[in-house]
Amino acid sequence: MSRGYTIVDAGKLLVLLFSFTVNTALALAQQSSDIHVLHVQGNVDMLVGAGGNIAVQVGHDGVLMVDTGLAQTADQVVATVKQLAKPVTNKPLRFILNTHFHPDHTGGNEKARAAGTTITGGNVAGNIQDATEGAAIYAHENVMKRLSAPTGAQAPTPSGAWPTDTFFGDTQELFFNGEAVQMFHPKSAHTDGDSIVFFRRSDVVLTGDIFTTTNYPVIDLQNGGSINGLIDALNFILDITIPAEKQEGGTMVIPGHGRLCDEADVVEYRDMVTIIRDRIQDMIKKDITLEQVKAAKPTRDYDPLYGSTTGRWTTDMFVEAVYKSLSAKK
Amino acid sequence: MRFRCISIVVLMLVSVPAFAQMDLSGEWAPRFHEDNPERLAGPEIGDYLGLPINDAARLRADSWDASILTLPEHQCKPHPADYGPRGPANLRIWKEVDKESQQLIAYHTHISWQAPERTIWMDGRPHPPEYAAHTWQGFSTGKWEGDMLTVTTTHLKTGWIRRNGIPRSDRATLMEHWVRHGDYLTLISIITDPAYLTEPFIRTTNWILDPRQQIAPYPCEAVVEVERPKGSIPHHLPGTNTFLNEFPKRFNLPEVAARGGADTMYPEFQEKMKASGK
Repeated sequence: MSRGYTIVDAGKLLVLLFSFTVNTALALAQQSSDIHVLHVQGNVDMLVGAGGNIAVQVGHDGVLMVDTGLAQTADQVVATVKQLAKPVTNKPLRFILNTHFHPDHTGGNEKARAAGTTITGGNVAGNIQDATEGAAIYAHENVMKRLSAPTGAQAPTPSGAWPTDTFFGDTQELFFNGEAVQMFHPKSAHTDGDSIVFFRRSDVVLTGDIFTTTNYPVIDLQNGGSINGLIDALNFILDITIPAEKQEGGTMVIPGHGRLCDEADVVEYRDMVTIIRDRIQDMIKKDITLEQVKAAKPTRDYDPLYGSTTGRWTTDMFVEAVYKSLSAKK
Repeated sequence: MRFRCISIVVLMLVSVPAFAQMDLSGEWAPRFHEDNPERLAGPEIGDYLGLPINDAARLRADSWDASILTLPEHQCKPHPADYGPRGPANLRIWKEVDKESQQLIAYHTHISWQAPERTIWMDGRPHPPEYAAHTWQGFSTGKWEGDMLTVTTTHLKTGWIRRNGIPRSDRATLMEHWVRHGDYLTLISIITDPAYLTEPFIRTTNWILDPRQQIAPYPCEAVVEVERPKGSIPHHLPGTNTFLNEFPKRFNLPEVAARGGADTMYPEFQEKMKASGK
């Protein structure tokens, strides 16, 4: 038995190298150049690059998604989800959960739903033809209100994008792929239809836009959001997350936008939002006007991290939303 | 022989060796001859002297209330990679070596206070993508420059430049140079933070080899130390922190010096103060 290198060894190595390179290239080519996949832990992966962050849970029961991103990236998202599921299960996408109604989180609902299937039986199968068409979409009922419209009015989104199952209490739960999945509804946070999704066995929380790492929180006053409700929701996230050791790891947190986080990152964000709320509240108590509050720049110590003077959510818009939310008559 | 050469070339392409120039392994006891009061007793509130901070960092520190550390979710935070060596930092360094090739895969460090452990990858692996999680110790890769180990760290959690509220953001990067001179170890660290620093912040820290050193365990259990309304965060509203003036008064310093900024790092600043009569 020679330990020297031979043509066979070299050939094998070259084949291995080529195979590795081709497979890697194929994998990269198959994965959309815009959609990135990051395994979080347990059964949960995070998809980045489709607008809002997306969570995908894959297992023997099939596939569950939380949020579907922008409409224009829906095809890429669906392709990426199929690619993720392929080595694990031949069962379809069965559930879509929405954290809230904004189009960067629900824009892909219609195409994602169409790519899935609802498994039905008993008195349903064979009687209602469309019962198995598409995956089920779970969301708080206020998501349904925002995506649809009363009879006779023009809905902002097609019916295929609407939730198929809504809830109106504080929680909704299901058991899928061997783990409990909970949706918690904070009453008035980013909007009035938010859900925080908790994968209990994988120990992963998806926050929607209650928590992001990229900007000040969007407080959508027109759609039922409030600063104090948002702070309550951030504190609730801290209640259900548990760090593994030395305030790190353990429960992982997927924010609505930005990088993967854990409890310590939510603590930083909660502290920041609370401190700014307290400053603006103090100025309101002193009868300082909104324009004077803006001029005082109560966010300036956090602006290098979250501030913006352009785009869809500027620092001024945030300050104004906090001011109006705190000034609103109860 | 030709095929053997091909095989060796292929092997070299597959794995890039990391040749260690100087072994840093051992038990190292910290020297506190530099910045002693700040590192042991702790910095004075409002002492930003010699820090290249911007206005945003200054306001964050002015608003900082030490009571925030009594919140359970703040109690067990370890010092991050850039601050850990500054505290009570009995240090252990050990190597991880590939069993087959005997190549250096990584250095690991353990520091006494809160027991943070860190990995410095020496095998040429890339840093994670920007959307990956950040940690207290960040993601570190090292390379030898002569006998000096140069380490680049990204993916740090939000930390602190000084333990009086001066922040260091999670966008910061840390470059370190580890240099061993016999039984002495010197760390030169350079923090670059686009959010809170106007210039890179450089400091040095030293240890002496101490083969008898035994580092005790450091478990941490968070408890409620102060009863507060849920969601209450200790902080000072702008303009209300009455402790800020104590530092310049106690040391008879001009207030402008205590407020820090890049100017205050350089010797010329003293001349400027003298010229202005402050």
